[in-house]
Amino acid sequence: MIKLLEARNVGKRFGGLTALSEVSLTINKGEVYGLIGPNGAGKTTFFNVLTGAYIPDDGEFVFNGIELPVGKPHLVVEAGIARTFQNIRLFSQMSALENVMAGHHIRTKANIWGILTQNKHTREEERLTTERAYELLKYVGIERFADTICKNLSYGDQRRLEIARALATEPQLLALDEPAAGMNATETSQLKVLIEQIRRDGVTVLLIEHDVKLVMGLCDRLSVLDFGKKIAEDVPAVVQKNEAVINAYLGGGKHE
Amino acid sequence: MDQLAEAVPYLGKRNLKAARWVVIIIALVAPIIAMMFGRTWVRILDFALLYMMLALGLNLVVGFAGLLDLGYIAFYAVGAYTWAFLASPHFGVHWPFWAILPLGAGFAAMAGIILGFPVLRLRGDYLAIVTLGFGEIVRIFMNNLNYPVNITNGPQGINALDSMNLFGWDLARNLTIGDVQIHSLYLYYYFFLLCVAGSIMFIQRMQISRIGRAWAAMRDDELAAKAIGINTRNLKLLAFSLGATFGGVAGGLFGSFQGFVSPESFSLMESIAVLTMVVFGGMGNIAGAVVGALALTALPEILRNIAVPLQETLFGHVLLDPEVLRMLLLSLAMILMMLLRPGGLIPAHARYSRPELLGKGVRT
Repeated sequence: MIKLLEARNVGKRFGGLTALSEVSLTINKGEVYGLIGPNGAGKTTFFNVLTGAYIPDDGEFVFNGIELPVGKPHLVVEAGIARTFQNIRLFSQMSALENVMAGHHIRTKANIWGILTQNKHTREEERLTTERAYELLKYVGIERFADTICKNLSYGDQRRLEIARALATEPQLLALDEPAAGMNATETSQLKVLIEQIRRDGVTVLLIEHDVKLVMGLCDRLSVLDFGKKIAEDVPAVVQKNEAVINAYLGGGKHE
Repeated sequence: MDQLAEAVPYLGKRNLKAARWVVIIIALVAPIIAMMFGRTWVRILDFALLYMMLALGLNLVVGFAGLLDLGYIAFYAVGAYTWAFLASPHFGVHWPFWAILPLGAGFAAMAGIILGFPVLRLRGDYLAIVTLGFGEIVRIFMNNLNYPVNITNGPQGINALDSMNLFGWDLARNLTIGDVQIHSLYLYYYFFLLCVAGSIMFIQRMQISRIGRAWAAMRDDELAAKAIGINTRNLKLLAFSLGATFGGVAGGLFGSFQGFVSPESFSLMESIAVLTMVVFGGMGNIAGAVVGALALTALPEILRNIAVPLQETLFGHVLLDPEVLRMLLLSLAMILMMLLRPGGLIPAHARYSRPELLGKGVRT
């Protein structure tokens, strides 16, 4: 198996609070990797550190054999990591199509001069961006809303749009932060189909999720975080039986 | 252009081609109609065009990129003073317009970047305060740089600026073709119109481009914009410098048109006036900036010409000075606007893509 992403002893503290400490994990190419844990376990912090939104206090990330730049989100995206947010963050005044087109920004090159003169390269690039965005909307199944301002979309469609926008950056690793949050059973199962499709098309997926059924059904391997520490890492069936994990989730331990 | 045409009431939604012609014809005949009411009105139209350019530039910064700039007039000042330094008896230099205008634009863009760097991390109110300070600093510099070395001639300003001379064709002189004499104000009008049309074209192309989309993304959600790989630092600097460029060009045109610059033309009130135009017209769209600039330049003048005679006939004497009335009505208009039409006269219907680029085969 080929390593895609390797986190080495990543740590992050906020003042006196240790949000992450010595988290190491390896994600292989082509798998769906889950990251679970109780609320406040540090999952989203891990995402933020990975994508450059936060600067880690310790450790580093190695992506495709190259160390990821620290605190430079746009370079992380350029390297091939895209993310979505736990609370949907779309560009509210733009249409669905334009949201996805904006996602293609990093893969396009037109500069001011090209835009002013509308030279051949710029026009061709603009056409390709539009077409590709539309294809991505089709891919996630919301192309009929291409011209709709995104805040008017339904919740589930907004989630899909956010995934389409992330895919527009042409990532090798797609990091989804609780994509099923707030979805009903039908929407969740549709989401599962979509994620499987994304994996089949060669994009590795890193998934934070609370929906245990979804995680167990979807992930090849997963890690469990608790209080910023990794307490388990394995295939779902093994993790499910891990005592530390059960304790973390059920808060159990000694019943006397 | 198309955005302006779409904003034409009734026609814009039904027949874009006709609406486009309406806009062009209005733009071309406006000064001729204005002349019927007197020369002052053509002059007001000339100023309206300058303000349009300012509003368009500020709209790029505030409306597109979402960076609230309260010191925008500083760039106008930079452009105007560049003209004053390089084309007046003050230093005894008289450069041609094609050298000064780009230079003024360049200096303004540089000022934009100088302002941009320290405020990269600021947003909203904080940004507004710092930019406000920047605008004041520039004005105070202009006001005080007459000692120990006289650079700006202080509060007296600089007089007798060269007029716009397009390759030997002086816009300040009336043009005589055969028996017909075309007044200098017309010449300036059409030259400014050309500049505004160029600005509109440029800005519209910027809007529907990867850069325009990136600005809109940054404005709507900066964190998400970063997460899709937008380099917000560079794009903010670009927005500041590009917006400033328009201010710089407008400033140069202003200097040549007015023939005189002094620091008091670049006070905070002017910055606020331009911002009001943008907000009044509708933030984030080109037509809004144009209509807002036109409305807020022309309305006070119309008011001045109506209020005084009206009060004299009604009360026998002038109760309220037109200047007081202007502030009163303008504030009232803004308040009503915010309550009834928060989106401005022409609410933003900004597009950042051209879906028609999708071939028929792609779209089913």
